[in-house]
Amino acid sequence: MRYLPHSEAERKKMLDVIGIDSVDELFATVPKELKLREPIDLPPTSPEFEVEAHMGALAAKNRTGSDGPFFIGAGAYRHHVPASVDHLIQRSEWLTAYTPYQPEISQGTLQMLFEFQTQVAHLTGMEVANASMYDGSTSAAEAILMARRQTRRKKILLSGGLHPQYRDVIKTYLSADEGLVCFDADPKGTAQIITEIDNDTAAILVQTPDFYGNLHDIKALADAAHEKGALLIVVVTEIIALGLIEAPGALGADIVVGEGQSLGNPLGFGGPYVGLLATRSKFVRQMPGRLCGQTVDSEGRRGFVLTLSTREQHIRREKATSNICTNAGLCALAFSIHLSLLGEMGLQKLAKINHANACKLAVEMAKISGVEVLNSTFFNEFTIRVNKDANSVVNALAGKNILAGLPVSRLEPAKKDLENLIVLATTELTSSGDIEALVSALTSVLSGEELS
Amino acid sequence: MSMNSVGRSTKSDQVAPSGSGDCSLLPAEPLLFEIGSTEHSGVDLPDIEVDDKRLGNFRRQTPLELPGLSEPENMRHYVRLSRLNYSIDAGLYPLGSCTMKHNPRLNEKMARLPGFADVHPLQPVSTVQGALGVISELAHWLMTLTNTSAVAMSPKAGAHGEMCGMMAIKAAHAASGQGHRNIVLVPESAHGTNPATAAFLGYKVVPIPAKSDGTVDVSAVEEALSADVAAIMLTNPNTCGLFEPDVKKIADAVHKAGGYFYCDGANFNAIMGVIRPGDLGIDAMHINLHKTFSTPHGGGGPGAGPVVLSDALAPFAPVPFVQKSNEGFVVEEHGDGNSSFGRLCAFHGQMGMFTRALTYMLSHGGDGLTQAAKDAVLNANYLKARLQEEFSMPYGDQPCMHETLSDDSFLEGTGVTTLDFAKAMIDEGYHPMTMYFPLVVHGAMLIEPTESESLYALDAFAQTMLDLAKSAKAGDVERFVNAPTKAPLRRLDETGAARNPVLKWSK
Repeated sequence: MRYLPHSEAERKKMLDVIGIDSVDELFATVPKELKLREPIDLPPTSPEFEVEAHMGALAAKNRTGSDGPFFIGAGAYRHHVPASVDHLIQRSEWLTAYTPYQPEISQGTLQMLFEFQTQVAHLTGMEVANASMYDGSTSAAEAILMARRQTRRKKILLSGGLHPQYRDVIKTYLSADEGLVCFDADPKGTAQIITEIDNDTAAILVQTPDFYGNLHDIKALADAAHEKGALLIVVVTEIIALGLIEAPGALGADIVVGEGQSLGNPLGFGGPYVGLLATRSKFVRQMPGRLCGQTVDSEGRRGFVLTLSTREQHIRREKATSNICTNAGLCALAFSIHLSLLGEMGLQKLAKINHANACKLAVEMAKISGVEVLNSTFFNEFTIRVNKDANSVVNALAGKNILAGLPVSRLEPAKKDLENLIVLATTELTSSGDIEALVSALTSVLSGEELS
Repeated sequence: MSMNSVGRSTKSDQVAPSGSGDCSLLPAEPLLFEIGSTEHSGVDLPDIEVDDKRLGNFRRQTPLELPGLSEPENMRHYVRLSRLNYSIDAGLYPLGSCTMKHNPRLNEKMARLPGFADVHPLQPVSTVQGALGVISELAHWLMTLTNTSAVAMSPKAGAHGEMCGMMAIKAAHAASGQGHRNIVLVPESAHGTNPATAAFLGYKVVPIPAKSDGTVDVSAVEEALSADVAAIMLTNPNTCGLFEPDVKKIADAVHKAGGYFYCDGANFNAIMGVIRPGDLGIDAMHINLHKTFSTPHGGGGPGAGPVVLSDALAPFAPVPFVQKSNEGFVVEEHGDGNSSFGRLCAFHGQMGMFTRALTYMLSHGGDGLTQAAKDAVLNANYLKARLQEEFSMPYGDQPCMHETLSDDSFLEGTGVTTLDFAKAMIDEGYHPMTMYFPLVVHGAMLIEPTESESLYALDAFAQTMLDLAKSAKAGDVERFVNAPTKAPLRRLDETGAARNPVLKWSK
């Protein structure tokens, strides 16, 4: 087997040094009846070319983003990743290193994390960010637990514009306890969460741009929360938006969580992605996850270490702030490299292109008979109401090789008022031709006899 | 192509110092924020204007303060930083309990096929049959290797898998009117994530002591069992590198008392293809794809932690799960109306890790995986045999599994600690072993070579370790207490870092 170095002669030599005749003797402490008697029932070793053929055949059964017009967003966005990003993250020293527990020989990873934390803090307008979480949805759940620890209150208000799967993750993390109040799905972004904030409220959680694409007045939400001693958690699932819309931190958010996939990381059928979590310095000891900090070595040279680990499970065990034991190191690296290639200037340009494409698409959608654009504000994603069942419409368009966005009913089944809604996203990869193709196909599907 | 029109500042405080004595191939690298410029960019994009019509009053006013780098600057920055890292590709990485094995590059190549990388998690199911096929095939391999009938694929890491398994246990108890059970038994040698996970779910953690031979005391388990015990969380092979010989007895006792057996599968690499955890009576076990199935550790993630489940817990598995139907694969994405405990993350879990792990499994085959486990155990025992004369191995009279454990008694009176010893290994070109874990022995050194190491590499490592041990005993304290002296940096002030946290760059 090509990954196993030993020859039989070498194995024999090693057994001699150990002083036994067979490897089986090393399993002598395992009761006999617990060991497999037959070889495991799985196929045998395969050469590279056979594995490639097998995996290639599976890959070929998927419709890729470049196979035709593509308009799906809803928490994962199809952006262009510069070639050098993927080259760099495959370098051995990044790819095959462990968590930087021995800082003297891990300064590459540690400095990168320090830079990543700084980038996330600047993007979100917050004072401090951690070294990343599993993904946006788990970051959101951890932020709520953090807010409860910080305020010692229980009540949590979840905005109806929150990504439905994020809401479900939060419900699961909190075991849907009595403190959790979920607002109804809110496609127009007009629900009044503010009036529900009271003196028992630990935090309100609002996504912007929200699941339906609407932008929210973060300052008004922050002021209302703070008046009652509650925290404002802002969720951003399309991080490119912060190149064009105001940083939540600058408007009073207390915790900003996000999905960082849009920078550096491919769609990849949903993961691995990179969760962002940023907050105010005064809350840092309640933060979950790894933190990298600056220090000096014994000769006074600047260096970096993992720090404040007395919050973490390997030190605190059952008293830890979270059971999280990892971050999304390689995805954070890809994020950081992509963002440093863009820089401020590149990110702003990228954000504007994304927004302009969405504006163009919205204008065209509004012209189609049977389509209503619900949003008054958006970044690169918005919601339309069509005059037929959205799921059937999207499937019909998929049949014409157009991936026309997400029917909301896929994530919110059995809700009559959402049955005709489709969330559409554009990015810098959306061409005018893609938009024309969608307009023409959607017009035909909505006006034709293909669907009842 | 637009070119940068403004050069970067060369103020003296922004360039790397010269004459610093830095090693020729490892110069200190300034921070991105010290070399980049907000006027540099490594991406060419048109600069278009957009109006505020659709942005409400929310256009960004706060400066981003994000420096950019042109592509050559960017390449150099990250290549230079990378050279300050140790890696498996560059050397043996004996971190016990972490399974730092070779990461085959075929895995990377397969994960990057556009058919996997450029696919959205919410595309119509008819357009992602290959992706669901990967999940289904990987699930088949995991269930076959563990002799279980269900697997939850979505947990994002080992600790997330623990959460998954324990949530299934909690849901199962609630469903059978046993919701009052509020205690979880955790052996003292457990990973920190085990008690943290139990506590996260509101359980009271009761520690179980180890016997003098390093394994769990069955009678202590039996004594701790009661009608209030929800589960035991047991790592097997355990964190001392030993197989728990009484595992079946423990499982039977826990089941008899109405509890469930959560197995921490961090050390599955030692037994895959040799022992099936389902035959040991487990109810749930996470499998770290980044350990046993070679998906890269990436400097600390992303991991992946699918959880195999017994028949008793399978009905409570989280969504989503993939099922076969007449029209191909379908995904159950909603827990409403069934007994699923809920959802652990958006989308389908760590798909990019699934493609890598499946590639690894197909490459090995069942026979290759079995051989890998045996070689991992052989390598650990070979090192144990080679090191035994100079080190103090508390459980040395029995074979170990995939990792071998020493305490620090061989250093007694030398003035050298486990930490010093680890730092001296750095000067010899090795990443240290896991230190001070497990907590059950003093000054622990946990060494896991994995099956990836050749005899030549093991001998070279053993030689270095023996030389260091002899040197410590001979009183060469300087070699240890000042180490490392040959790394890019000397020891770092971790206390200072925690006392005055500096967590981001500022001007």
